[in-house]
Amino acid sequence: MKMTYREALREGLRSALDNNEKVFLIGEDVGAYGGTYAVTKDFLKLYGPERIFDAPLSENGFTGIGVGAAMGGLRPIVEIMTVNFALLALDQIVNSAAAFRHMSGGQISVPLVIRTTTGGGRQVAAQHSNSFEGWFTHIPGIKILAPATVEDARTFLHFALQDHDPVMIFEHALLLNRSEEVGEKPQMISPYKAMLRKRGSKLTLITYGGMLHRCLEATEGRSDVEVIDLRSLRPLDTETIFSSVRKTHRTLIVDEGWRSGSLSAEISARIMESCFYDLDAPVQRLCRREVPIPYARHMELAAIPQVPEISAKIEEMLL
Amino acid sequence: MEELCAELYTQEKIRGFLHLYIGEEAVVTGVMSLLRPQDNVMATYREHAHALLKGVSANSIMAEMFGKIEGCSKGRGGSMHLISAHDRFFGGNAIVAAGIPQAVGLALASKKLNEDRQTVCFFGEGAMAEGVFHESLNMAELWKIPLLFCCENNYYAMGTAIERSQAQLNLSKKAEAHNVTSQSVDGMNIFEVIKKTKEALDFIKREGRPYFLEFRTYRFRAHSMFDPELYRSKEEVIGWKEKDPIHYLVDYMKEKNILPIETLQNLEKKVEEEMQKAISFAENSEDEPLQDLEKYLYENDL
Repeated sequence: MKMTYREALREGLRSALDNNEKVFLIGEDVGAYGGTYAVTKDFLKLYGPERIFDAPLSENGFTGIGVGAAMGGLRPIVEIMTVNFALLALDQIVNSAAAFRHMSGGQISVPLVIRTTTGGGRQVAAQHSNSFEGWFTHIPGIKILAPATVEDARTFLHFALQDHDPVMIFEHALLLNRSEEVGEKPQMISPYKAMLRKRGSKLTLITYGGMLHRCLEATEGRSDVEVIDLRSLRPLDTETIFSSVRKTHRTLIVDEGWRSGSLSAEISARIMESCFYDLDAPVQRLCRREVPIPYARHMELAAIPQVPEISAKIEEMLL
Repeated sequence: MEELCAELYTQEKIRGFLHLYIGEEAVVTGVMSLLRPQDNVMATYREHAHALLKGVSANSIMAEMFGKIEGCSKGRGGSMHLISAHDRFFGGNAIVAAGIPQAVGLALASKKLNEDRQTVCFFGEGAMAEGVFHESLNMAELWKIPLLFCCENNYYAMGTAIERSQAQLNLSKKAEAHNVTSQSVDGMNIFEVIKKTKEALDFIKREGRPYFLEFRTYRFRAHSMFDPELYRSKEEVIGWKEKDPIHYLVDYMKEKNILPIETLQNLEKKVEEEMQKAISFAENSEDEPLQDLEKYLYENDL
């Protein structure tokens, strides 16, 4: 059957709320409004205000309430409308949620799930177009997931709720209307395993989230490019990455985040550390241009990696 | 304990940041006397007394400050992060005001899980300048989350006097702005602290809503061991020392003939013995093995 990314997220949330009384949702406009992206439409009616908290515009505050509620034995799902606003909650995420288990010598766990949307491409300018998931991968103590497919959007929440550590799920805003063929029942494949979305012999293309589909489009009809969907950005499934690189000897990383001090830099460094002698050419990267994302359509398109650019880069690397 | 900590700090047995509670004792002693083991407490980095009175043993507190594995947080937290899940003592949060929304979350959890617990959150007046203080009080009142907010107003956020950092000096008004019922209390008088805290806890239980108490108190010692105290006068400190909450209590009990001198001496001796025991416990405790550095980062080490 056909299912959209939005419907998949919705199904995941409904199943979490149906199956565990301790799960509740807290975030801006998740209730009466139905979620900014209509993911939680009718939830307030279905589950009532005891499970669906329409939070005031207090990101650090309601994330902190999520941290405390998680410490106290509940399973909060905090929705931060977009990753841009997650910066207002950084203190709770980094200094508390990620630190508490280690800082307390293993006594306190913070089983908190944070969902947020990420990415650019909708002409909403600099303050609504960031891709900060890479930043969060810097922090030990949290896990970072980025579902790119409908199936992953459907199941990642389930895995995040099995976890007793804080997990952040980055949902790409451009994927919400994407429709894919899925089975009747969700296929539970652990997010901590990167997936080969396409097999190939001469180049490993590493990507995740919104960029996956552009990479697949750019490699349509080719059998020489292997496309890896990371799925989990922290921890990184380096085993899958390395074994592909050792086979193809060439790597391109496509990341919607900025290049400096980034996830793409981290992946590149790890490949260099472990696969240096397997490489036939330097690892290459395609990233967001290093500017705040502009509003004008042509400028925005130029700032974020697009299909033709990815295709050209592959051609160049395989010359 | 606090005097000994200062001594141990100069001997370099305790390192890092060390914040002493001397002068503010009546606040935590009064509040904690009304709490039960199952109640939740969230405190700040000036929390040795809070931990001790919540049931964390002097031994494990001292070992924590010595950075040893038998410390309550296995030596990973130190003075600022005394934590004990068993005693429902959630820290020891050293980011000013970060514990406040977390306490609201803990209280929400207890409410939703129908647990018989009260939740108390301590913070200084400096925390009331943070946005998250206001966010938290707003949501606690909005969603009828029962917990007690305890502001330990010692008039200085590190070295910045309250008059120099906050436009509204009547702190209760800040809570009232969020419709949270509030009172100001003489925090140097333990009887007042107990009386008002009892009223507050009863209100919280009865009404199922938050309550805010401002305890007016004073820190006799410097902010931390690095503080040369350039921001306040000796006279001011001396003036407050005349209101020493421990002397006040001792004098009161002597006056009423309810504290024979032998009892007081025995008590002091017992405290001294317990502290010496705690120090030797800490001295003899082991260092955490280095191979455990990355342990407890995640539930299942990745």
